Amino acid sequence: MVTPTEVGRREFLKTGAISGAALVLGFYLPARSRARESQSPQPKEFAPNAWVCITPDNQITVFVEKPEMGQGQRTIETMLLAEELEVDLSAIRIEQAPTIPDIYRSLATGGSGGTGEGWGSVRKAGAQAREMFVRAAAKQWSADKKDCRAENGAVIHVPTGRRSTYGQLVEVASKLPEIGPDAVSLKEPKDFRFIGKPVPRVDTPSKVDGSAKFGIDVKVPNMLYAVIARCPHFGGKLLSFDAAAAKKIPGVRAVFSVPPIGFVDICGYGGRNFNAAGGVAVVADSTFAAIQGRKALKLDWDKGPGGNETTNSLRTLLEQQAMSNPTFIAVDQGDAGKALGSAPKKIEATYELPFTPHATMEPMNSTVHVRDGEIEVWSPTQWANVVQDEIATLSGLPKNKIIVHMTLSGGSFGRRAQWDYAAEAWQVAREIRKPVQLVWTREDDIQHDFYREYSYHRLEGGLDPQGRIIAWSHRVVSTSIRQIFDSPESLKDPGHSAEMGGADVLPYSCPNVRVDYAPAPSVVPRAWWRSVASSFNAFAVECFVDELAHAAGIDPYEFRLRLLDENQKAPNRQGLDRRKFQSVLRLAADKSGWGNPLPARWGRGIACHWSFGSYIAHVAEVSVETDGSMSVRRVVSAVDCGTAVNPDGVRAMTEGSINFALTPVLGGEITIKDAAVEQSNFHDCQVLRMNQAPEIEVHIVPSTEDPQGMGEPGVPPLAPAVANAVFAATGIRLRRLPIAAQLQLNK
Amino acid sequence: MARMNLLVNGKTHEIEVASEAPLLWVLRDMLALTGTKFGCGMGLCGACTVHLDGEAVRSCQTPVGSVGQRKITTIEGLSADRSHPVQKAWIAEQVPQCGYCQSGQIMQAVAFLAKHPRPTNEEIDQTMSGNICRCGTYCRIRRAIQRAAKEVA
Repeated sequence: MVTPTEVGRREFLKTGAISGAALVLGFYLPARSRARESQSPQPKEFAPNAWVCITPDNQITVFVEKPEMGQGQRTIETMLLAEELEVDLSAIRIEQAPTIPDIYRSLATGGSGGTGEGWGSVRKAGAQAREMFVRAAAKQWSADKKDCRAENGAVIHVPTGRRSTYGQLVEVASKLPEIGPDAVSLKEPKDFRFIGKPVPRVDTPSKVDGSAKFGIDVKVPNMLYAVIARCPHFGGKLLSFDAAAAKKIPGVRAVFSVPPIGFVDICGYGGRNFNAAGGVAVVADSTFAAIQGRKALKLDWDKGPGGNETTNSLRTLLEQQAMSNPTFIAVDQGDAGKALGSAPKKIEATYELPFTPHATMEPMNSTVHVRDGEIEVWSPTQWANVVQDEIATLSGLPKNKIIVHMTLSGGSFGRRAQWDYAAEAWQVAREIRKPVQLVWTREDDIQHDFYREYSYHRLEGGLDPQGRIIAWSHRVVSTSIRQIFDSPESLKDPGHSAEMGGADVLPYSCPNVRVDYAPAPSVVPRAWWRSVASSFNAFAVECFVDELAHAAGIDPYEFRLRLLDENQKAPNRQGLDRRKFQSVLRLAADKSGWGNPLPARWGRGIACHWSFGSYIAHVAEVSVETDGSMSVRRVVSAVDCGTAVNPDGVRAMTEGSINFALTPVLGGEITIKDAAVEQSNFHDCQVLRMNQAPEIEVHIVPSTEDPQGMGEPGVPPLAPAVANAVFAATGIRLRRLPIAAQLQLNK
Repeated sequence: MARMNLLVNGKTHEIEVASEAPLLWVLRDMLALTGTKFGCGMGLCGACTVHLDGEAVRSCQTPVGSVGQRKITTIEGLSADRSHPVQKAWIAEQVPQCGYCQSGQIMQAVAFLAKHPRPTNEEIDQTMSGNICRCGTYCRIRRAIQRAAKEVA
């Protein structure tokens, strides 16, 4: 019988990635992100989906499934492998794994899972390889394995000092029976050489000299360039177009319409597989000529069934849904209604977070070459399997005839989990039969994103005379993500919801809790945005906790600590560790000088949140001038993410998350008119710039527990920490993002 | 269409191109110098920053016909081996995450330091605020510029 491992290795070797003698070891990287769970069930057998290859020239190559989008994945995998294999970091080369559907089942990342997924498996792969080299050396020297030790890419026979490099041992090792991943033991944390120490990223050199190749940098011989004039109205369509003037632009080769993909009733009544908008493609010899050609098009659009949608109409709908019957109840503990009715002190508040874009620095793009019976795709994607699946479905070709190269991505933040831009590039390339690079302009990006959903929150809380929360009620309303991808039925199942994260896990003690949900249908595309639901729910929860603290007359930091008393039971979600909440709160408060005096019109705000396994507290320090202009001066952050594999990477992700989360606090609002986005570029959709960026301090709680996610968890507590700080500075409670413009009205 | 000579990173390229075409697309599409990035097309993000005779310009807003005899320097021409003090500072401070904006950030910082060898953080903020980084590496960029200034001083 042939085991899956053998099939995998044989197939892998057939791809031509390796020729000649090599030790090739497969290992399994578990998929963890929510998006993928429904797509790729865990295999029952050991089915490797990642490979380490060591050749006689001492070259060690890891073929990784996960994309590098800026999160440092390649560095983490290098560290984990080098740690157990006993080689220098510089000995390891990372290559992106090819799209071979039978082998690589999860060419994707998401849910801040990259480090956690590699933690066990990549280290075990390193240990497996090391053990095989030790055995090979012992065999070659007819020595006792106990006398052989791996060190710096070689095996040493301790009694004699004989030494063979791994490369010299490849031939013997590759003929030994493979050692299973569970037959090796891993290092103790005290013996770590790399893990837990700040390590320079492996990709930094290529990112300071312009040599790093992103999707938009792909050059294929005879390649043409294309842009698409997309229907600006979501759910609308092309009525007619006149290409005469466009075709006269020098360099323009072809102009043709492309149909929408997957637009099936997106108004919330069975919409599925929402994808590309459709429109008119312009293909040219250069990107500039294509853009000029597009400007010369005359276009006539039908606004579609949702053509009257505006931000105001949506707000009205969200407000209505905040008072309507819920679609589902996520938490119902005790009797929140009754407790609110009899609470000695009761407050209520509503919070609102409008659409905001991802706005990755590298605009969407993909390069596609359609040949007879085969399609080759180069795409800066977060999810290559789905690009392959979708283009296979659209083209009718079998999956193994769709070759997808996952390039470096210039940021993603969730945006590149969508495959619209790769599918569009295929739409263009199939008409041209030459390699075509489809480029999105910034205007395309701002107007055709899958935005953070628009959400609205109604909270009610009751306090007893001692300042304890005795009742908590939170209605979450949003333009749900589920409605974009799934049936309306799916919205009734809280277990499948993408909207409750951060609302359904209330860490604070409260005997009567009700958290429920109602959707607001919208034609605007929306999807995962760095930390997803936690990014908006944490704003409502952590601002409201602050409001309750002030209502109780207790310092907001002290208030939180009291409600996190470890002896009290958490209202939901077993395993949430209140001691960790307390420790990050204490650390952030101590390091920020919480309670120390500040100048007039300065204030500190605190917030904490748990997401993707990590506990984070931020203290934001803001100042508000008398003219209403505000500055976020400093953010002090405390992080418990388990083992910080690369502490400098943890710091970088936390700094990045803080700055990313600041954009929708200060600006970055997307408004809708005629079912179209009103903003178009960085002048009217303002993203954070350096003069607005705070000083940031990141403090990491020491831990030897398994590493948790860090790509996203720094985002959720930032917006509430800033809003709470503004309240401390001014007494003005702002409950709608972005807050900066409202402050100027409130001056 | 016009025929012209462009002096890029010390090498002359003879090209035929519409003179209103932005330098950005000439560098990227015709000369395959892809280190210079497209970010916004409106001079709002700085990803496309290159030097003309040492001055930082947004290549997306620079018609190629306006360049004339001026020397164009792109990220690829800054040094042969990442040895420019600003590149070294970027590595030492571990600035890049996705890295897409960093060519423009570095080119802007190099031109800035030439005029402000001992910059204050306020001066850094003022000049560098034209360059957007969505990964949020701003505090590291500030530190890297201060480090490079010290090294050169």
